Amino acid sequence: MADFLSLSGWLIVLLQGILFLLGAPLLAGWIRFVKARLQNRRGARIIQPLQDLYKLFGKEALVAHTASLVFRAAPYVVFASALVAVSLVPLLATNLPSAMAADMIVLVGLLALGRFFLALAGMDVGSSFGGMGSSREMMVSALAEPAMLMAVFTLAMSAHSTNLSSVVDFNLANGLILRPSFLFALLGLMLVAVAETGRIPVDNPATHLELTMIHEAMILEYSGRHLALMEWAAQLKLMLYGVLIVNLFFPWGIATGDTAGALLMGLLAVTVKLLLLGVVVAVMETVLAKMRLFRVPQYLNLAFLLTLLGLFSHIILETGT
Amino acid sequence: MNMSHLPLLQQGIAVLAALVLFTSFALLAQTRLTSAIHSFAWQGAGVALVTALVAYSSHTSHLYLSAALTLGLKSLLIPWMLHRLVRQLNMERLVENIAHPAVLLLTGAALVIFSYWVSLPIEKLGLGDTRNIVAISLSVVLLGLWMMVSRRQVIAQVLGFMSMENGLFLAAVASTRGMPLVVELGVAFDVLVAAVLFGIFFFHISESIESLDVDRLNRLSEREEHS
Amino acid sequence: MEALNLALLGVVLALLSAGFALFSSHYSVLTRWLVIPLLGLSGLLVAVAGMQLLLSGGAVFTAELPFGLPWLAWHVRLDMLSGFFLLLIGVVCVAVAFYAPGYLREFEHGRGSMAVLGGFTGLFVAGMQLVVLADDAFLFMVAWELMSLSSYFLVTFQHENAANRRAGFLYLMMAEIGALCILLGYGVLAGNGHGFAFDAMRSAQVGGLWATVAFALAFLGFGMKAGLLPVHAWLPEAHPVAPSHISALMSGVMLKVAVYGFIRFSFDLLGGIQWSWGVAVLLVGSISALMGVLYALMQHDLKRLLAYHSVENIGIIFIGLGLSMVFEGAGHHLLAALGLVAALYHTINHALFKSLLFLGAGAVLHSSHQRDMEHMGGLLRLMPWTGLFFLVGCISIAALPPFNGFVSEWLTFQTALQAWSLENGVLRSLIPVAAAILALTGALAAACFVKVYGVSFLGQARSKQARKAREVDMGMRLGQGFLALLCLLLGVLPTTMIHLIDAIPRQLLHTGLDKATAHGWLWLTPLGGQTASYSAGLVLLGLLAAWWLAALILRRGGVRQVRRCDAWDCGFSPLNARMQYTATAFSQPIRRVFGMLFAIDESVKHDESGQLRHSLQVGDRLWGWLYAPVIRSVLQAGRVAGRLQTGHLRNYLGWTLGTLVVLLWLIS
Repeated sequence: MADFLSLSGWLIVLLQGILFLLGAPLLAGWIRFVKARLQNRRGARIIQPLQDLYKLFGKEALVAHTASLVFRAAPYVVFASALVAVSLVPLLATNLPSAMAADMIVLVGLLALGRFFLALAGMDVGSSFGGMGSSREMMVSALAEPAMLMAVFTLAMSAHSTNLSSVVDFNLANGLILRPSFLFALLGLMLVAVAETGRIPVDNPATHLELTMIHEAMILEYSGRHLALMEWAAQLKLMLYGVLIVNLFFPWGIATGDTAGALLMGLLAVTVKLLLLGVVVAVMETVLAKMRLFRVPQYLNLAFLLTLLGLFSHIILETGT
Repeated sequence: MNMSHLPLLQQGIAVLAALVLFTSFALLAQTRLTSAIHSFAWQGAGVALVTALVAYSSHTSHLYLSAALTLGLKSLLIPWMLHRLVRQLNMERLVENIAHPAVLLLTGAALVIFSYWVSLPIEKLGLGDTRNIVAISLSVVLLGLWMMVSRRQVIAQVLGFMSMENGLFLAAVASTRGMPLVVELGVAFDVLVAAVLFGIFFFHISESIESLDVDRLNRLSEREEHS
Repeated sequence: MEALNLALLGVVLALLSAGFALFSSHYSVLTRWLVIPLLGLSGLLVAVAGMQLLLSGGAVFTAELPFGLPWLAWHVRLDMLSGFFLLLIGVVCVAVAFYAPGYLREFEHGRGSMAVLGGFTGLFVAGMQLVVLADDAFLFMVAWELMSLSSYFLVTFQHENAANRRAGFLYLMMAEIGALCILLGYGVLAGNGHGFAFDAMRSAQVGGLWATVAFALAFLGFGMKAGLLPVHAWLPEAHPVAPSHISALMSGVMLKVAVYGFIRFSFDLLGGIQWSWGVAVLLVGSISALMGVLYALMQHDLKRLLAYHSVENIGIIFIGLGLSMVFEGAGHHLLAALGLVAALYHTINHALFKSLLFLGAGAVLHSSHQRDMEHMGGLLRLMPWTGLFFLVGCISIAALPPFNGFVSEWLTFQTALQAWSLENGVLRSLIPVAAAILALTGALAAACFVKVYGVSFLGQARSKQARKAREVDMGMRLGQGFLALLCLLLGVLPTTMIHLIDAIPRQLLHTGLDKATAHGWLWLTPLGGQTASYSAGLVLLGLLAAWWLAALILRRGGVRQVRRCDAWDCGFSPLNARMQYTATAFSQPIRRVFGMLFAIDESVKHDESGQLRHSLQVGDRLWGWLYAPVIRSVLQAGRVAGRLQTGHLRNYLGWTLGTLVVLLWLIS
C-alpha cells in the first residue's frame, strides 16, 4: 500500500474530494440535460444544480414546531457520511494514502448510516408523508442489500480482497478478460444502484406528488441550507455509484502513479466514462416508467438473481477444482 | 483453472454458457407467455453460438451444421410456431399468476448448486476446457424439468420440455464434441415433430376442457366431478 | 491465584446480596443501600478478574472448592474464555446496579415482595458467574439450574397476570428440557472419559458417532437456552414480562452464558470438530437471524420486539461460530480463529447494546407506563438523555459505523468471504448465500430500529401518558450512559479489544490472529493489510471533520438561525398525532413482501356499534408446526399413562406385586 507520509498523495486525496463535491451536481445536471434533449426540450444548463445549491445555502432554514434535534442534525450526518464514503472511492488514482481505509463493506456501512438518519428525519416531524417515505425507503434498501453484498462477494472472491484499490488493481493487471461473473455482477450492481439512488424505475427524483415519493418524501420538510446538504448528499451518492461501476469494471485509464500526466489521464478517462454512463441513465429514465411500489421487490429479486448467478458462474466456471 | 489463463475463445464460451443459464431462470419466472417464448429463442441462440465457438476452437466442422440446425430450429422455427399457436388460441395477453416467484427462483438456485455438486466427479476426468459447461448444462436440464413441475400453462410445459432438450444438447457439445451427425439430425426431427403434435393437441384440449391449464386435465377422466 | 480469588469473592458477594434481600421487605431502605450496591460490587469484582485474565494473555487458574459430593468436589477454573464472559457479566451487572435503585422505587409499594426480587436477582447473578467458572459437570449443572430457577421466579414476579404465569411456565419447561439435553451431552462425554471433571472430558477420545450425538445434544440444549429457532418460543414470552433490569440481565447476559456453554462444550471439551457440524450451526444461525428480525418487525410491544431481536443476534453469533467450525473442520485454523473472534466480539457487543436498549425501554415504561409503541411518540423532547442513549443503542444494533455493532458484522463478513479457500465447491456456494442472508438481516434490523426510534421518540405524542413523561433520575441515566459509552469505545478501538480477545482462540484452537494488530491500534487488519482493513478511528474522524466542514464553512452570509413554522399538511387541516405513521403502518411493506413466512390474520369487520375495525394478528408458524403437535402428543401420552390411575386400591397393590415379581426375577 502507499506511503502514508507522502504529501502529494494526500493532496491528490483532497483533490479527489473537491472533484467529487463539484462533479456530483454537474453529473446530475448532465443527466437532466440529456433527458430533456431526449424528450425534445431545451433543458436547463448543466451547472444549474450547482447554482441551485448556492442559492439554497443563502436561504432561511425553516423547521417545523414538532421537529426535534434529530431533524436538525440529520442533514449534517447524511452529508458527512456521504462525503467520507466518496473520499474512499478511487476516482483518479489507486495507490493513495487513503486506499487502505477503502473497504467495500465499510462503504456500504457508511451509506447505511446516512440512510438511517435520513429515515429518522422523515419520521421526526410527525406527518404522514415523512413516515411513508421512511417506510418505503427502508423496505427498498433492505431488499437491495443482499444483491449489493453478493456483487461485493463476487468481486472479492476473484480479487481475494475487499479493498477497493486492490480490486481495481487486480482488474487492471489482468487486462481485458470476459468473465461471466463480472458481467452478472455489473448488471446486478447497476440495478441496485438505480434502487439505492432513487432513479426511475424505482423512484422518480423529479416528482411533486407526495404519494409517489420515496426519497423526496423524507426530505419534504427541509429548506435552506439543510435542503442543500440533503440534495448534495444525494448527488454525491449518485456519483459514488457511478464511479464504482465505471472504475471497478472498466478501470482502464486510472492512474497508478502520482505523476501529473497520469492524473490528467485518469481525470479524462473517468470524465468520459461518467458522461457515457450519464447518457445510459438518461436513456433508461426516458424509456422506462416508474414501477408501483410492490413491484420493486420483484425488481430487486432480479438483481439478487443476477448477482447470485455471477457468484455461481465464478465458482462453477472460473475456479474449477 | 483461472479465467486469465484461457484464451479469449474459451472465455467467450464460458460467458455464453452463463447467459444460457440466465435464460433458464428467466423462463422459470416469466409470467408473460410471449416474453417466455422470446427467452426460449434467446436460449436457443445462445446454445447455437456455443456450438459454433466449440466447432471453431476444436476444428470439428460438422458442429457448424449442428449450430445452424439449432439456430434455425430452436431459435427461429419453434418459437415462430409457438407464437402462431398463441395467436390462434387468443392467449397473447395471457399472464400466468405465479404465487411465489421468489420460491421458484430460490429452488432453481438450489438445483444449480446440486447439479454442480453432482458433476464434480465428472469434471475430474479432465475433459479439457469445456468441462465446467457440464454443470451448467445439467442445471439447464433440471431447471427445465422444474419449470414443467411448477408452471400450470401448457405453453410453459412445452417450453420447459424444449429447454431440457437444449440442456442435453449443450452437455453433448461440451463433453463429447457433439454427437454423430445422424443422431443429431434424428433428434432435431423428433423435436420438430413433437412441436407439431403439441400444437395439434392444444387445439383439442382447448376445445374439450376450455382451458389450457394442465391442472384441469383431470376433467378428461370419465369419473364424476365432485366439485 | 489473585484473579480466581477475586471472582470467587464476587460470587460470594452476589450470594450475600441475596441473603440481605430477605430482610428488605421490612426495611425497604436496604434494597437501595445494601442489596443493589452489593450486587454492583460483585459485578465489578468479576469484571476486574476477567480483565486481569484477558490482560495476562493466556493464564489458567484452577481450584477445588470444599463443596459437592464426597467423591466429586467442585472444581473451578478461570481461563481466557471464562475471563471474557466474566467481564461481560460484570460490566452489565455494574450498569444494572446503577439503574436498579431508581427503577425499583415504583415496585417498593407494589404487590410484589422486594425480598423475592432482590433475593432471586442475587441468586441469578451468582448462578451465572458459577456457570462460567465451573470446571466439572456437577457444578456446571447445579449453577445452571440455579440460574434457570431463580430467573423463573423473576419472570413470574408480577404473577397476578395470567399471561405472565403462562410465559413463566413455558420458560421453565423449555429451560428444563434444555438442561436435560445438556446433562445427557455431558453424560456421553463422561462415559467416554470416565469422570465428570472437565479435565477428564478434555482428554477423552470420543469416537465418530458418539461425538456427533454429544454435539447434537449440546447444540439442542444450549441452543434452547440461547434462543435459536425453532426452540425459541420462550424468549418473546418470558423476556418482556420480567422487570426491565431483569430483562436486560436475561437478554444481555443469560443468553451469552448459553453461548459460553456451547463454546466450552464443542471447542474445548469435545474437540475434533467436523465441518458438517459447522454447516448445521451455520444453517440454524442464519434462519434464526432472518426469522428473528422479521418477527421483530411485526411487533409493536417494545420489549417483545427487543426479545425477538435477541433471537436475531444470537443467530448472528452462531453464524460466526458455524463459520469457525466449518473452517476448523476443513483445516484452516487461522480462519477458524477469525470466525471465533467475530462471534465473541458480537457476543460482548450484543450484551452491551441489548442491555442498553432494555434499560431504555424500562426507563420509558417507568416514566410513561406504556409498553406499546402505538401509544408513545415525541419522547425525545421530554426525555433527552434517555433518548440519546437509546439512539446510541439503536445505531449500534443496526450495525452502523463507527459504533461496535459494525465491527462484529464486518468481521463476520470477512470470515465468510474467505470461503474461497475451501476446496468443497458446495460450501463455497452456500457460505456466500448465508452471508447474503446476514446482509438482509442487518438491513431489516436497521429498518426495525428506524421504526422503533421514529415511532417512540420522534414525532408527536400519541397518548396522554406519553405527553406526561418525564426524564428519569440520575442513577438510571448513569447506567444507560455507561453502556452507551462502552458501545462507542468498542466501536472506535476494535484492535485493542481484539488484542485482548485474541488469546481465546489461541487457547482453544492453538492459533491466534497475529496480523490483526500489525498496523497499530488505529487499523484492524485481521488477515493482513492486503486482504481487508478497517479504521474506525479514521472513519469517526472523517465524519466529524465533514460535519465541521458542512457546519462552519458552508454557511453563507448571516443566515444562521432557524425559524420555526408549521409542518406541510398539503393545504388541509393541521396535522394531529393520529395522522402520523404508526408502527404497524411502518412495517406494512415488509409484512407484505415476507407475508408467506408468517401466519397473518388480517381483517376489517364491523363491530357491535357498527364501526369498522381493523384487526391484525401476526403469529408464529412454528407454533402450529412444531409446538402444538408436540404438546398434543405429550398430552395424549399422558392420557394413556393416566389409565394406570384407576382409583382402586387393589389395582395399585396389584402393580406393586407385579413390580416386585419382575425385580426378583431380574436379580436372580
